[in-house]
Amino acid sequence: MWQWLKRLYHRLGSPKWFYEITAKWIPWLAIISVVGCVTGLVLGLLYAPADYLQGNSFRIIYIHVPAAILAQSAFMMMAIAGAVYLIWKMKMAAWVAKVIAPIGAGFCLIALFTGAIWGKPTWGTWWVWDARLTSMLLLLFLYFGVMALQQAMDSEESGFKAAAILALVGLVNIPIIKYSVEWWNTLHQPATLKLTEKPSMHPDMLIPLLIMIVTTYVFFALLVILRTRNEILWHERKRSWVKDILEP
Amino acid sequence: MPASSGQTTIDLEARQLFCERDDRVLFDHLDLRVRNGDLLQLAGPNGAGKTTLLRLLSGLNRDFDGELLWHGEALYDDYSGYASLRLYQGHLAAVKKALTPLENLSWLVSQWSVAEDDLWQALDAVELGGYEETPCQQLSAGQQRRVALARLCVAPAPLWILDEPFTALDKYGVTWLEQQLQKKVESGGAVIITSHHALENIASLQQLELGSVRA
Amino acid sequence: MSLGLVGATIRRDLTLAARNPGEWLNPLMFFLMVAALFPLAVDPDPKFLSKIAGGVIWVAALLATLLSLDALYKADVEDGSLEQWLASGESLYAMSLGKALVHWCISGLPLTLMAPLLGLMLSLPADAYQALIFSLLVGTPVLSLLGAVGAALTAGVRSGGLLLSLLILPLYIPVLIFAASAVYHAGIGMDYKGQIGFLGALLALAACLTPFASAAALKLNLSR
Repeated sequence: MWQWLKRLYHRLGSPKWFYEITAKWIPWLAIISVVGCVTGLVLGLLYAPADYLQGNSFRIIYIHVPAAILAQSAFMMMAIAGAVYLIWKMKMAAWVAKVIAPIGAGFCLIALFTGAIWGKPTWGTWWVWDARLTSMLLLLFLYFGVMALQQAMDSEESGFKAAAILALVGLVNIPIIKYSVEWWNTLHQPATLKLTEKPSMHPDMLIPLLIMIVTTYVFFALLVILRTRNEILWHERKRSWVKDILEP
Repeated sequence: MPASSGQTTIDLEARQLFCERDDRVLFDHLDLRVRNGDLLQLAGPNGAGKTTLLRLLSGLNRDFDGELLWHGEALYDDYSGYASLRLYQGHLAAVKKALTPLENLSWLVSQWSVAEDDLWQALDAVELGGYEETPCQQLSAGQQRRVALARLCVAPAPLWILDEPFTALDKYGVTWLEQQLQKKVESGGAVIITSHHALENIASLQQLELGSVRA
Repeated sequence: MSLGLVGATIRRDLTLAARNPGEWLNPLMFFLMVAALFPLAVDPDPKFLSKIAGGVIWVAALLATLLSLDALYKADVEDGSLEQWLASGESLYAMSLGKALVHWCISGLPLTLMAPLLGLMLSLPADAYQALIFSLLVGTPVLSLLGAVGAALTAGVRSGGLLLSLLILPLYIPVLIFAASAVYHAGIGMDYKGQIGFLGALLALAACLTPFASAAALKLNLSR
């Protein structure tokens, strides 16, 4: 087991291996993304029953919740990739971390945007200082910080390292921020209707949601792989194997 | 007054050092060894990696391949032990302009315990007598550098690693520094130095030419 | 005689602050001015002010802290002091902790001492002064510790001040929430021990963990 892990680690660290193996994965990931998205949305938008309180407006959940979950786990993955880079100096990890940041921020924006759209029929206003939305906004700020820091450094390498340190500090802080925002929210008359707070969801509603969540992860993996491949080509542009690909 | 360094064994060894910066190989398969009484001058054109090598040897920069040994063991195993025996002076003097030479010098040697009388004497030796309590912003660039160099007289470190120490010094300062180097080497200490200054009159001088290695 | 490098650095930085008072006085004046903006911009009615006073003072304290953070490591990176710390072989963890302490002495402590004056200007309820002082005493060290990480990360960046604020402000939110709430609750006659306790927990956590991040960030500035 350990030997196998070690071999996998060395392979993952090799840009050439990653580039070649992911070429085979891309079509599959793309197919799963499209099929999952279509099934999830068709089931969610057409077949799931309407919510007894919110009517049809709850259906935005099928975009909002997967995006919000992904925005949070992407930050964690970014911080872990950063830690791998800091500890073992694996360059691939730095590129992956760099690539994840804007994608995670993108999902964060989608979650905020759909949250606002959802808020309009639910609360009658585009923005309410709801605990989840506020946490999501702060997460977006953290993403901005990581990206800004990475770009501000003189050398790319110290940019990667600085961003990794900040991402790790952010990772430790996220639960504290979430907890304090939730605590703050309970003090200030919370919105009576909480988005996405369902003690028990009807299976017809839940299954499309689960499909959408899994699909979003697959789609995220696809985006990360595509962008990491670009990073690989750029950073390894002087190596012969890249020259062979680019100028056959 | 100079720290007696005859007893301490100096044995710094680099084996098969390899270092690259921004995809450019600075040096490869580099071996060197510095022991008591050695004066090693790193030579080479600008950008050849002299400063980088000095920082590697001081333990400031750990981004390289190869082995760095102090007394035959990895240098980082006991970095604080090594750090107390070697003095590193880079391009930057680490002198605060709002502080006096005395305050600056006392901070610069604060990792060792040095008596205050010795600090006064050291400042005297670098011709800063009378300026001990004048804020450094009123001193010239050369005088400020001498504040930093004054610790060569007082720091009890047998190994000196100096990066272009002759910069901004006047004729007197240059002579003084040459004498310090000579004395250091004769008393059994060792010096690794980068400088464009000729040091031929010191007998034990060895030179290492960088910038000739290209992978 | 010998304090070791960390002690000597703390002493040196405090001497520097004493010789160059603008370094810590300017943020204090900024603190005062920001707080004066709220009655002018929103409403000078004492009833209204007394409700927002705690929050306003805390926001102003937070911004004033950010102002003084930028300089924390910048000069040390530029003049080679940082290089000498690393060359000394002494622990960067202790050094980072020492620098955060220095920052608190020239930023958090004077802010705490001046806060009652702002309380008067903003009609802070009489019951809330004690909570204001306690929350600042426990909360501002957290700001210094977290801020020191940002200062270390941006020390080598040319115009790092704004960037530093971007990085650090989201991390300050928990302190802001609990501290402002402590002051508000004290003002309406409620218990605020819980909030101060939470701030204390944050302080303990920050004191243990942030020096690791600062130390790692400081090394980045040397690897050039």
